[in-house]
Amino acid sequence: MNHLPLIIKREYLNKVRNKSFIIMTFLSPIIMVGIISLVSYLSQLNNDTVNTINILDESGLFTNHFEDTKGLKYKVLTSVSLENAKKLTEESEVYGLLYIPKINMIDELSESITFYSEDSPSITVMRDVENIIEDKVNVIKLEEAGIDAKTIEELRINIDTKLETFEGKKTSKLGSGLKLAFGGAAGYLLFMFIIIYGNMIMRSVIEEKTSRIIEVIISSVKPIKLLLGKIFGTTLAGITQFTVWIILMLVLTSAISTIFGVDTSAAQSQQQELLVQSSGTDTQHIISEVFLELNNLPITNLVIMFVFFFIGGYLLYASLYAAIGAAVDSETDTQQFMLPIIMPLMLGMYVGFFTVIENPHGTVSQVFSYIPFTSPVVMLMRIPFGVPLWQQILSLVILFTTFMATVWFAAKIYRVGILMYGKKPSYKEIIKWLKY
Amino acid sequence: MNNLLVASEVTKSFGDFKALNNISIEVPKGSVFGLLGPNGAGKTTLIRIINQITMPDSGEIILDGRPLQPYDIQHIGYLPEERGLYKTMKVGEQAMYLAQLKGLSKTQAKERLKYWFDRLGIDGWWNKKIQELSKGMAQKIQFVVTVLHQPKLLIFDEPFSGFDPINANLIKDEILRLKDEGATVIFSTHRMESVEEMCDHIALIDKSNKILDGKLIDIKRAYKSNTYKVGLMANASEDIKSILSEKFEVKPTSFKTINKEQQYNIKISDKDSVNELVNYLTTLGQLTHFEEVIPSVSDIFIETVQNN
Repeated sequence: MNHLPLIIKREYLNKVRNKSFIIMTFLSPIIMVGIISLVSYLSQLNNDTVNTINILDESGLFTNHFEDTKGLKYKVLTSVSLENAKKLTEESEVYGLLYIPKINMIDELSESITFYSEDSPSITVMRDVENIIEDKVNVIKLEEAGIDAKTIEELRINIDTKLETFEGKKTSKLGSGLKLAFGGAAGYLLFMFIIIYGNMIMRSVIEEKTSRIIEVIISSVKPIKLLLGKIFGTTLAGITQFTVWIILMLVLTSAISTIFGVDTSAAQSQQQELLVQSSGTDTQHIISEVFLELNNLPITNLVIMFVFFFIGGYLLYASLYAAIGAAVDSETDTQQFMLPIIMPLMLGMYVGFFTVIENPHGTVSQVFSYIPFTSPVVMLMRIPFGVPLWQQILSLVILFTTFMATVWFAAKIYRVGILMYGKKPSYKEIIKWLKY
Repeated sequence: MNNLLVASEVTKSFGDFKALNNISIEVPKGSVFGLLGPNGAGKTTLIRIINQITMPDSGEIILDGRPLQPYDIQHIGYLPEERGLYKTMKVGEQAMYLAQLKGLSKTQAKERLKYWFDRLGIDGWWNKKIQELSKGMAQKIQFVVTVLHQPKLLIFDEPFSGFDPINANLIKDEILRLKDEGATVIFSTHRMESVEEMCDHIALIDKSNKILDGKLIDIKRAYKSNTYKVGLMANASEDIKSILSEKFEVKPTSFKTINKEQQYNIKISDKDSVNELVNYLTTLGQLTHFEEVIPSVSDIFIETVQNN
């Protein structure tokens, strides 16, 4: 008699037919896309505003150097006193007043320039203004030192280091970003999946306890089968929901950008600009490089390992969630047991996003990519940077061995816990259960 | 083989707590076996061991002549005391699911469910969710699910809780009918009157130990105290009680009657015969009531547990 498919089917259908599940499945992408569109719309709106800055330049050095940009207009005030200029600026409700006093030595400028405004000015505006002043001052200082600014400009050389692996594969710094994006996305996906569907498993175990059906079921099915059926059924429901989410997101995003003409990528455009600036190349170049890098990524390795680490990591945590569900009577009692689960997950994320970025093959990254509770997230982030196969396999072996141990442990707690009512268990109590 | 189920020397501990201590019971085929005991005595643990939910530390369970095997769960129908159903699932779907878990095929399950739903007059509930039903209604579904796979052994833990008297009677009749059709029933309850009505055999467990078991009628015989309930219309206004007390142990009692007689419980010694008592009583007056006091299960329960 094989109960497992029956249990999986029931768990799956029960989840998928649940009203709040259906609502969440269809509402979440709409909300997500809505928020993204809103953010990009708002940032466009923000970009469109033009700020005017009044300039009172008593030194006379910068009069013609302030050129209007997209978001900033400069208005040079002449032959007014500082007091009047301030008054004028305040009344005309422009962004602010930049005051450059009369100076004897050029070095005095570094301390003596003042910006008057009603509210504190934005950092980007100040950076723009300061850059203009600094550029000019640098030129003046170079001239004072007897060096022609033009000569300097001619002498400047732009270094674009070419990266190449020992096998002769060409890579680029852009590739690192791409790898990070891939690894980060994989790790984050797993992280979200564990939290959302781990909780779902836990709730469904608690539901069986509170509705008192558990003993009826347990008299026909071995607890371990029920546990596994629950995990698999919920996972399938989770995969269904994730797939719907991704499809809906794609459809909605393209629909919105065609209908409303909102460029949803505008939110990222600033980073792209930065990227363009730093690599000093044009967009065309970048796109071709992206494709080169995509080719260079160990895609097959990544996909296969993603599947394995995803399954291993998810099952590891899912069994723990199920054990917690079995140990408690209601969801409010789960708090004390959630911390030990969330902590290693968060740790994995932090190590992934800080240490792996810094040094994908450093000691910390390596150690955490072996520890089973952090390895799925950390290793998934490391793999795009090229991890030797033996390391990946070792990490997987550790992960799945631990998974076996946790399932055994969870099944023990589950077996005893599901029949315990009314007691708020402590850790001590649960350890005692292992001996029953 | 007359016993469907034999538990021999079953012991189970939870940590330092011994839940069952060397318990042996024999459940004859076709009987209704009452498993009695105060709260926390270990009844549920024993039942869970029979259902293979918990494993015994030592001892053995024999079902139908063979040690209990995992697949034997399809020969057992168990209605636990802590019971319920998935609240958000529909009645029919849920019953089908539970039936299939017990090894029935889809068509079999559907056929039998239809039969039982018709029988209990609940055929309109198929598409209702459990949360829309009353507790009693849900209990009926639970009962159907327990007996659906026609198990040899039925185990009911407090089967009547949550039922009104009419439905309790209905379920009682169904249990007895299943017994007549050949099922063996283990029945755990605190309602002594239903034990009285239904059980052929009982076992009494207290503080993890079995303190009494056997055929109910034998136990009653062993516990009878040669006491008779007597109603007497005295000839004269004599003090009957003191006269009787010279020869027997006499206690006043009361029962419902249409006469104005004096009512006593009279205990005779083993040497005395009942006929002598009757003859003697008729000399004192008109005998209106004479009945042997048979100990009730409740009396036996209380007496043995208190003496333990």
